[in-house]
Amino acid sequence: MSVYVNKDTKVIVQGITGGTAKFHTKQMLEYGTKIVGGVTPKKGGTEVEGVPVFNTVQEAVEKTGATASVVYVPAPFAADAIIEAVDAELDLVICITEHIPVLDMVKVKRYMEGKKTRLIGPNCPGVITSDESKIGIMPGYIHTKGHIGVVSRSGTLTYEAVHQLSQAGYGQTTAVGIGGDPVNGTNFIDVLKEFNEDPETYAVVMIGEIGGTAEEEAAEWVKANMTKPVVGFIGGATAPPGKRMGHAGAIISGGKGTAEEKIRVMNECGIEVAETPSVIGETMIQVLEKKGLAEKCKTH
Amino acid sequence: MNIHEYQGKEILKGFGVKVPNGYVAYTVDEAVEAAGKLGTTVTVVKAQIHAGGRGKAGGVKVAKNLDEVRTYANEILGKTLVTHQTGPEGKEVKRLLIEEGCDIQKEYYVGVVLDRATSRVVMMGSEEGGTEIEEVAAETPEKIFKEVIDPVVGLLPYQARRLAFNMNIPDELLGKTVKFMTGLYQAFVEKDCSIAEINPLVTTGDGEVLALDAKLNFDDNALYRQKDILEYRDLDEEDEKEIKASKYDLSYVALDGNIGCMVNGAGLAMSTMDIIKHYGGEPANFLDVGGGATAEKVTEAFKIILSDKNVKGIFVNIFGGIMKCDVIAEGVVAATKQVGLDLPLVVRLEGTNVDLGKKILNESGLNIIPADSMADGAEKIVSLVKEA
Repeated sequence: MSVYVNKDTKVIVQGITGGTAKFHTKQMLEYGTKIVGGVTPKKGGTEVEGVPVFNTVQEAVEKTGATASVVYVPAPFAADAIIEAVDAELDLVICITEHIPVLDMVKVKRYMEGKKTRLIGPNCPGVITSDESKIGIMPGYIHTKGHIGVVSRSGTLTYEAVHQLSQAGYGQTTAVGIGGDPVNGTNFIDVLKEFNEDPETYAVVMIGEIGGTAEEEAAEWVKANMTKPVVGFIGGATAPPGKRMGHAGAIISGGKGTAEEKIRVMNECGIEVAETPSVIGETMIQVLEKKGLAEKCKTH
Repeated sequence: MNIHEYQGKEILKGFGVKVPNGYVAYTVDEAVEAAGKLGTTVTVVKAQIHAGGRGKAGGVKVAKNLDEVRTYANEILGKTLVTHQTGPEGKEVKRLLIEEGCDIQKEYYVGVVLDRATSRVVMMGSEEGGTEIEEVAAETPEKIFKEVIDPVVGLLPYQARRLAFNMNIPDELLGKTVKFMTGLYQAFVEKDCSIAEINPLVTTGDGEVLALDAKLNFDDNALYRQKDILEYRDLDEEDEKEIKASKYDLSYVALDGNIGCMVNGAGLAMSTMDIIKHYGGEPANFLDVGGGATAEKVTEAFKIILSDKNVKGIFVNIFGGIMKCDVIAEGVVAATKQVGLDLPLVVRLEGTNVDLGKKILNESGLNIIPADSMADGAEKIVSLVKEA
């Protein structure tokens, strides 16, 4: 079991003929992901890495039976690409693209209300279910199969946490990057719910950063609903207020969104928060040992 | 991106939002000439810098005649204003807004922002204008009213009316207030603002509803489609290194410490700063080289880090996903050779093509100190900088 994606998920790549998308299509195929098609307008009929390219998402879905898509389309056209996937009634759209204007995302989210599609991202590394399916840009080799779920606003910090867990012998079910933008399709709570219900996931790592109040809301949800241990980390404790730290969403404004406040609320809600990014793995192992879950979670 | 008050008012005027008449002035003579053109009995001389709190810092003066305009313009131009938003070093005033005075009846607050919790744009209003809205929010949150706006239909007239009623705007000014709010929302969405704040909005003795101040910020990600907004950019107001970084699509923020950082990914870059601090060091900057970095970009990133004279050592921390370690390694080697680096350099590589990257560094013959992990790297650079 896993969340969102597994070995049978059929995926199309939107913007497949671009340089980054080509590189990662190859990497995803090598990982074993079922990439069944790609979409680039006017490139229909060609192939990338042996994968057929179509002009529209609808055509790609009709011909391949795909249920998921991954979007590498450049920012000015990304909102349109997401909506095209929603209209083709895909179950899952994962948007890797960064720098999408935030008002475009406000419209996309409004458009998606009441639709069946789940959007993950934008500005995220994607979703990977260890040894089954990698949809996105994460380095596959650091992920190992196991029982820890990972959810994160930051791509590279996800790699950091996964790497530490794998090295210590604790594999993962699924790692979900929800992205660093202020408006995203899937939030911490959505993913925590999935992990809570997934029988193979025994514990969860949740990685946040400064800006907004998503971590605080998630912490309250954990306190009220989560039956599995959650370990956290918050990036940006030393970030000055009023400055955007790379991610569009990572900004302390009006005294809101500080790391200090997030860590305080998470601790209050029973989430152990790692002191530095280097000890996310260690902190998880300590918690698992305390809860008597270490043995069950150790995979290699 | 930030712009000046006078530029914000220019934009708002185009959307039917009323603002006092005024002109920008770069010299004392221009200021006096502008006041003459306005021909009003009372003129306001306002410092134009990208920071709030100008009034308290002595950057806003009311002049009753042209002589006073000259005196105040002379006093404010070239002055370094220190406000709660400028930092202790302050900001030098290079432009003035010369504006007609108006007969203020009451000050209100109106702001448009993105609400992350609802993923919608909201308009906020309060009758507590003129003070910091954060203070109002902390002390009397019940005096701030919000309207959540559906992007399909925009700000509806009934929402603007409801907000105006909640703000206790006099009934006879309701129509003008609705027009003001509608224009403000239009400006926000059509110009891709990230903040549009009017503090204060004022009602005047002659029955007008005016934006006495205007703070407009823009979504950097949307500037590609807002060419006219880009024209308003004032490079004097930005950090030189940050300007250079933006030319190469590098995300850079200058800080006060002495350890230069080059990292990929915003989260990792922030955490790299955190861990340097954890081991007793002080980061000199935030720098995310992004996913699509080339060797050339890495070289430029190095140059920017080194142009900060406080930097005594550099920590490169890369966990490659989209970013390939060999590209970073090539960039680091090229940059080190090009700039003749003589400061300690610690490099930690992990992720896509990591072996190739490490090989490039090893074979370069350069004095690069490898690190096995983020903690290892941070510890090493902190102790090396302390020894130096």
